[in-house]
Amino acid sequence: MTQSNRINPSIWGGQIDRAQNLTFSFDGRSYQGHPGDTLASALLANGVQLMGRSFKYHRPRGPLSSGSEEPNALVELRAGAAREPNTRATVAELFDGLTAASQNRWPSLTFDALSINDRLSAFFAAGFYYKTFMWPAAFWEKIYEPIIRRAAGLGAVSRLEDPDTYDKGFLHCDLLIIGAGPAGLMAALTAGRAGLRVILADEDFRMGGRLNAETFEISGQPGADWAAATMAELASLPNVRTMARTTVVGAFDHGIYSAVERVSDHLPTPLPGKPRQTLWRIYSAHALLTGGATERPIAFENNDRPGIMLAGALRTYANRWGVAVGDRVAIFTNNDDGLRSAADLQAKGVDIVAVIDSRTGGALLPGIRHLRGAQVIDTAGRLGLKSITVRADSGKIETISANALGVSGGWNPNVNITSHHRSKPMWRDDIAAFVPGEGGPANLHSAGAAAGHFSTHAALKSGAEAARVIAEAMGKQAPYVLPAAEDAPLSITPLWHVPHGKGRAWIDQQNDVTVKDIKLAHQENFTNVEHLKRYTTLGMATDQGKTSNVIGLALMAELTGQTIPQTGTTVYRPPYTPVAMGTLAGRSRGKDFKPFRLTPSHKWAREQGAVFVEVGNWMRTQWIAKPGETTWRQSVDREVLQTRASVGICDVTTLGKIDIQGTDAGLLLDRVYANTFSTLPVGKCRYGLMLREDGMVFDDGTTARMGNHEYVMTTTTANAVTVFRHLEFCRQCLWPDLDVQLISTTEAWAQYSVAGPNARKLLAKIVDQDICDAAFPYMGAGNITVCGGLRARLFRISFSGELAYEIAVPTRYGDALIRALVEAGGEFDAVVYGTETLGVLRIEKGHVAGGELNGQSSALNMGLGKMVSKKKDSIGMAMSLREGMNDPGGYWLVGVRPVDPAAGLSAGSHFLPLGAAPTSAHDGGWLTSKVFSPHLGCDIALGYLKAGDQKIGTRMRAVNFLTKTDTEVDIVSPHFFDPEGARLRA
Amino acid sequence: MLKPLTALGHETPQTVTIGPLRVTERFDIALSSLAVRRGRDKDLAKAAKSAGIPLPGPASAEAGDPWSAFWMTPEMWMIEAPHASHEDICAHLKSALGDAVSMTEQTDAWVRFDLDAPDLSPLMQRLTNLDLPAKPPGFAARTVIDHLGVYLIQRRASEITLYGPRASAQSLLHALEVAARSVY
Amino acid sequence: MIINHPILGPRDAQEFVYLGDADLIHRPDGMTASAEAMHDYVYLRTNPAGAHRELWYHEQGDRSWLVVTRNTLTHEITAVDLARDVARQMGRTT
Repeated sequence: MTQSNRINPSIWGGQIDRAQNLTFSFDGRSYQGHPGDTLASALLANGVQLMGRSFKYHRPRGPLSSGSEEPNALVELRAGAAREPNTRATVAELFDGLTAASQNRWPSLTFDALSINDRLSAFFAAGFYYKTFMWPAAFWEKIYEPIIRRAAGLGAVSRLEDPDTYDKGFLHCDLLIIGAGPAGLMAALTAGRAGLRVILADEDFRMGGRLNAETFEISGQPGADWAAATMAELASLPNVRTMARTTVVGAFDHGIYSAVERVSDHLPTPLPGKPRQTLWRIYSAHALLTGGATERPIAFENNDRPGIMLAGALRTYANRWGVAVGDRVAIFTNNDDGLRSAADLQAKGVDIVAVIDSRTGGALLPGIRHLRGAQVIDTAGRLGLKSITVRADSGKIETISANALGVSGGWNPNVNITSHHRSKPMWRDDIAAFVPGEGGPANLHSAGAAAGHFSTHAALKSGAEAARVIAEAMGKQAPYVLPAAEDAPLSITPLWHVPHGKGRAWIDQQNDVTVKDIKLAHQENFTNVEHLKRYTTLGMATDQGKTSNVIGLALMAELTGQTIPQTGTTVYRPPYTPVAMGTLAGRSRGKDFKPFRLTPSHKWAREQGAVFVEVGNWMRTQWIAKPGETTWRQSVDREVLQTRASVGICDVTTLGKIDIQGTDAGLLLDRVYANTFSTLPVGKCRYGLMLREDGMVFDDGTTARMGNHEYVMTTTTANAVTVFRHLEFCRQCLWPDLDVQLISTTEAWAQYSVAGPNARKLLAKIVDQDICDAAFPYMGAGNITVCGGLRARLFRISFSGELAYEIAVPTRYGDALIRALVEAGGEFDAVVYGTETLGVLRIEKGHVAGGELNGQSSALNMGLGKMVSKKKDSIGMAMSLREGMNDPGGYWLVGVRPVDPAAGLSAGSHFLPLGAAPTSAHDGGWLTSKVFSPHLGCDIALGYLKAGDQKIGTRMRAVNFLTKTDTEVDIVSPHFFDPEGARLRA
Repeated sequence: MLKPLTALGHETPQTVTIGPLRVTERFDIALSSLAVRRGRDKDLAKAAKSAGIPLPGPASAEAGDPWSAFWMTPEMWMIEAPHASHEDICAHLKSALGDAVSMTEQTDAWVRFDLDAPDLSPLMQRLTNLDLPAKPPGFAARTVIDHLGVYLIQRRASEITLYGPRASAQSLLHALEVAARSVY
Repeated sequence: MIINHPILGPRDAQEFVYLGDADLIHRPDGMTASAEAMHDYVYLRTNPAGAHRELWYHEQGDRSWLVVTRNTLTHEITAVDLARDVARQMGRTT
């Protein structure tokens, strides 16, 4: 019979739909479960306890828990590209067709060759790797670490692209309630009825928290039914949003929380277009942590065998899923809650072979063998529990046959999120646990078991009361009536570990940290909890020590003779549970990683087969190949030569354009540019040099005066945003009363450069007005019309050194204008060129750009020192007068040519005197940008050279160790082509 | 004459439908920024009133005929008017407002998408961090949608206008489509 | 973090660009300031563990520069003002 461990439905049904069967597979074997199951509950129902191998010793392991705190039952879920390693079987919702595989074992889960590590455990104590593999150092990365990683590991990633999509979003609320147990539900009900905007999130797929795992009654009905009824009322309130399958993973500043909603993980594949998971950024006025508590085990010898689990989990599997993990069950507890597990299981017909209660005195459970003052000291059973060894109060040792053991060492409130801002949890002796401390995130409250209120009544009451106080703080009345519920105390006498024998007693099962490791850490003086964690790996990896941290630090407290609060806890950090990388990326993935900006000529250029290059977010034409051209150089050489021979057209829309208006516009420009603009006549443009306050060059570009109080500034493509920000800073923070208004117009105008001897002839066919040299001289600017009346702008500026204009029309006409220019240019064999040709043309003219505007260069370095006016204050003027910035031996912009025209240059090369050793002592500067100049028939370059102005005409070496080039070069003027500038004034 | 193209690169504006959501590209609106010059607030208020140009307060929009407007920054608005009649929108504004203001044509700096669906909130909460359900009709703000700076105007709960950077029109539409498919 | 914008109300700090110490408003006049005063302005910043007045720019919002008083230890924000108003109060004009 399959599902042999299901409790007879006539005795107990559980919250599963037994009428429907779901088929799934684990390690290639097929099993059946029911809707409502987790992978772990379904496997346990089928008698499968062994679900994994431990991290270091490869010990056989089964689930320890029934929730997200699970350290052991980590599996690879799904297959192929969708495979996800290290998934907790205890929270994986079962669906039809689910496939899962165990991990960290070879060749199989029942026979794992590396379980030899278990025999060699003496060698694998804490710090073993650090001590053993220290020498020689080079071996660590190449030899030791890969071997260790293979032997000690978790699951493997698929190495295929994740086929799923992920989403992101933003939610707002008055009150975020984290956890939908009795406290959370009661709080949501109280706040929701009072009209607050409430979000109630819970990591489980069934809301109700422990109410689904218990047999308690609320208002005379089963707790799970009360939870369902409460959820139904909450669903009817439009101001309440309930989010199942949603884990709040982190608390951030000012009421911001992040939460992961598992939208599709319970489906075989997400529905078309739907994300697998959604990352929510939740803005809350208040938040209430009602995340419950996590049970902790007790350390004793061989406490890690499959079949040994938390007592509360044992009861959850029975109550919620109708699964009896074993048919001969023992319970080991130090508190009253453990007794509940025995009673609940016995009521379902499970044979309770013994309750081993470490406390002495008190009432005995009726009809059960209840041993007071007893302890479990050892266990047996290789792949599953077979028996336990018990030491009675009298000292008598007895072996009891059992195939399941529930252990309860008490309950730890889930305080994690309250500590995300480093607040220290507070120890409470009466419950032997940490509760949220002072100084947590502002407006984050806690209630229920998370705040140490363990009884159902106390949880309900603290939840309702917290909601009432929060509502009142927001100006709303929130009266409530508490439903009746049990109010039993926990009654705990702490027991952290059973001191007996020499075997290993596990504290952290995920990282194979035992009592011995803690003792070793103490012996070697790693007594601070943060050191303890890092030395032993206690509390690391996917479970972040949810079941182990407190025992570890309690043990350290014992060893050091300190109290537990003196010992303290490690810092909790987000995320609360593991988050997939894809979830953090959301929709920003692949081509959606960032938006694109398309130029007005993009559509035309694509039709021509242009090659595009990403410049920031812009997609710019890099070059356009003609038929027969097989290398990019052929295309670029042709574009360069044809532009200088006749005319070339280039889309320059990407340059930043800022409209600057107001009666003080000229004054502002005088202050942000090193040179003067207030004297610029209307209808003219000027090249402007912008400095940072420290005197270094910030940006450059031409600015045109379009009217008396109206300028258009051009920035480099790269600095468009930062220059605008800088202008706003000047306008608002430095000179707040200037009459200046700013707005970006970069995308409003499609702007093309038309350059070359035939530029004017070409444009004359398009422009409605006369643009002869007299009517539109060099550096002229103005509003014109084109093609019979369309408003446009014309600037006679040149980056190429040719007779050149930039013409702009409203962007919607940009596509038509490039087509019109190309057509009009037909008789001149006009070319359209891209960024490569742009680079060649500007370097041939010695114009600076990205490689030279490196943020470390002054105007003087660029040979533009005279542009800095000392007659007026401007940003950076004063600092540019510093001695160091005016050192005659400083860097100077120079041109570079190889002595042998066939030799190549490479950017980044360093200049060295001929014959000097290539050491930094001889370093003379570096080569900033290089291109091949088809006019000169060789590579040419710009560079910064110490005292470069005095070295023009000399020879040096350009050495680059990366490209392994060492070229003898002539240092020349940076103006390679038409140095007198006759062409641009033609 | 040159033939215009819409921001999405077509001769006519596009409409995209995903479930109950309709995204309509608008090509028929002229835009200009309008900023008051120093000390000219009263002059502007008077001239704008007589010309029927609304100047709404912070974080709001006001619709009218032919002039509509939304607030952009302190002392600056975006003015909307029908493109067919006001293509050279600055010339119209100049004649109405004189030298009390600075204005700059913005028509083609932006792509406009009008979104309508019976319930836009599941879509919008994936796109913007603004708490739109808590905002009134006529709420206007700049926000970030998939890395793009966008002006958002909530006409009513079921109708929202977005002005995104024109050069990124395709990316913005793509962002709307991807988010819409995950909710509708 | 949330910055309570004086005009727009609470906005996510992700929409802002951080510049740093609000003393950057105190720019000396480059024509008259001593080299030392200019050096101090350009390079010296207070960097307190506690309340700090900082410049933030609402780049993805209304383009206002703000002076935000923020506790660098707790991130608590106790005051937010328009930088233009702060600058005027300091006597800066044109």
